[in-house]
Amino acid sequence: MTQHQTIRSSPRSTEPLLSVRDLRVTFQRRDERAFKAVDGVSFDVRPGQTVGLVGESGCGKSVTSLAIMGLLPKRGNTVEGEAVFDGDDLLSLSPSQMRDRRGADIAMIFQDPLSSLNPVITIGRQVTEVMERHQGLSRKEATPKAAELLDRVGIPDPKARLANYPHQLSGGMRQRALIAMALACSPRLLIADEPTTALDVTIQAQILALLKELVVDTGTALVMITHDLGVVAGLCDEVNVLYGGKIVERGGRHGLFRQPRHPYTVGLLDSIPRLDAPRGEKLNPVPGSVADNLPWDSACAFAPRCSHRVDVCTREMPRWDGDDVVGFRCFNPVGGPR
Amino acid sequence: MSDPIDPAVAEDVRRPSYGQRRRDRIDALAQAGAVDDTPGVSLIRGAWLRLRRNPVFLTGAAITVCFVVLAIIAPWIAPWDVTARPLLDEVRPQTNPVPGPQPGHPLGGDDRGRDLLSRLIVGSRQTLIVGVFATLFGLIGGVILGTIAGAIGGAVDSLVMRIVDVMLSIPSLLLAFTVASLARSPSQWTLIVSIAIIQIPIFARLLRGSMLAQRSSDHVLAARSLGVKKRAIVFRHMLPNSIGPVIVQATLSLAVAIIDAAALSFLGLGNPDQRQPEWGQMLGLAQRYISEAPHLAFYPAGCIIVVALGFTLMGESLREALDPKTRR
Ligand SMILES: Nc1ncnc2c1ncn2[C@@H]1O[C@H](COP(=O)(O)OP(=O)(O)O)[C@@H](O)[C@H]1O
Ligand SMILES: [Mg+2]
Repeated sequence: MTQHQTIRSSPRSTEPLLSVRDLRVTFQRRDERAFKAVDGVSFDVRPGQTVGLVGESGCGKSVTSLAIMGLLPKRGNTVEGEAVFDGDDLLSLSPSQMRDRRGADIAMIFQDPLSSLNPVITIGRQVTEVMERHQGLSRKEATPKAAELLDRVGIPDPKARLANYPHQLSGGMRQRALIAMALACSPRLLIADEPTTALDVTIQAQILALLKELVVDTGTALVMITHDLGVVAGLCDEVNVLYGGKIVERGGRHGLFRQPRHPYTVGLLDSIPRLDAPRGEKLNPVPGSVADNLPWDSACAFAPRCSHRVDVCTREMPRWDGDDVVGFRCFNPVGGPR
Repeated sequence: MSDPIDPAVAEDVRRPSYGQRRRDRIDALAQAGAVDDTPGVSLIRGAWLRLRRNPVFLTGAAITVCFVVLAIIAPWIAPWDVTARPLLDEVRPQTNPVPGPQPGHPLGGDDRGRDLLSRLIVGSRQTLIVGVFATLFGLIGGVILGTIAGAIGGAVDSLVMRIVDVMLSIPSLLLAFTVASLARSPSQWTLIVSIAIIQIPIFARLLRGSMLAQRSSDHVLAARSLGVKKRAIVFRHMLPNSIGPVIVQATLSLAVAIIDAAALSFLGLGNPDQRQPEWGQMLGLAQRYISEAPHLAFYPAGCIIVVALGFTLMGESLREALDPKTRR
């Protein structure tokens, strides 16, 4: 197997590979008010970098990634902003230009490995399909490469597995197969939307280790989407915490974990199960739910659930305090103002 | 002030129209196919695991298999040639127009002195041919229309579906009757075509419904995320996963096709050639002797009922196996 060259470099010196600027996605449901699922999100991903996008369910993580990929439904939503990838704004590419990019330059893996595979065709066919599509290979040429790929993602007996149907594989093996499909054409960016959420804990760790190994070996940039800060801890160079469609805090992995500033980040950190916690001690998730959110235009959406709330929180939108590497959006941050 | 509503009228208001009921039934089947509680296992496979022990399904399947085998080997097992008239001497137009059972002819003969059992056995063949071809053509037409509508969407979808809904709102036998009577001379093929036409909108709406459900499925999204082309999405990812409900419907449609074919044939819109006996045709010819020899009508009618029952039992249990609401 060829040795892939490592093209990692220090994060700030290179131009971003993907630069998302003020991304907004609004859903218009009939007879209902417009709903801002993503409300002005900006972040950069540099070549070879791993960026985390963390937040509770419903905060707009999947919608963000689908918008970047051009995979949102054709009707019922508007997408504004920019997602510049390698000089082109993905959001203004034509559908067919975007189709040529997907799978070749940017790929994605999803939460549920079982339902993300086509039940009626073999694993081998699903892997070769991508290579035939983007690399102009014949099926015959692609088959040995597919076996090689399966081997690479740690699927034992890859030649035999090519002939298997998805239901014949275990959950972890299916997610490995999906990773193989996503990496088949060596994309420069991989977006992983909760890739371990549907898996057992032990399998989760294996898949995370595999992803880490692959991005290090191939130099693929990774956007890691998860609701679990524990998942990003060992993986990400930079972490963005999303709340109600806006980024509320950003930081390098060490800074963010050592000294979180936004009360929501603190809440998320407290909800990570700890091995050293006394048995029976309850996790401390953030009380309340996203249903309590205030609109961002006139308040901090998190205010109703916030233990650090001050008067101004319900009257004004907090500004971004920081730059594109670290920062937060809070009137009364933990640890006092900068 | 509110007048008490005439109960008859109220009943009428609440009861969905014929077309609406048919559309609802088709949509329910399309939905049933889309709900996938054992993802990764193909629907047909999942259904089979549940059906293996279902006595209703097994009864229907047994009847169906017997009928199909009989239809295939009919000419070799029929004791008499269907055009031979061994009982011609027994026919007494004034006193005894239909010869009764006798040695060598367990069911007796018909009004031309032909062996009734042989004609019944061979008749299964025409019935099967008409049923299978009518359903097959209906299925092909419906699959083409449904795929076009489901894959292209937009204005094409609206147009195709408008036409389909209009066709569904016309009582099906009436529509088949109208089409069949347009033909200059009735034959087996006019029968097949007119019954195929009433099946087309059913399959079209069904397939389009399950394709739409597939369009928003996870594995189609995953394939799109890898840049797979539209044509491959439709033919490799959507269509093969939408076909389960279509197969169920084909089984049910076979029953309807056999009954409708018999009805049209009975009304003289089928194959008039008596050298090719067919149950509906035999039923039609039996009318003249219904008081003297009712058995002449009973036998073909009984065959039609049993065979249609077989397909219906099989189709309905397939439908139930597919539908999570009725599944047990
Ligand atoms: N197609 C859609 N139509 C309307 N609302 C949607 C659609 N997709 C997602 N949403 C809404 O957008 C919000 C964000 O969803 P999502 O990005 O899936 O959350 P998550 O962070 O859990 O991935 C949710 O409130 C969801 O209800
Ligand atoms: Mg999500």
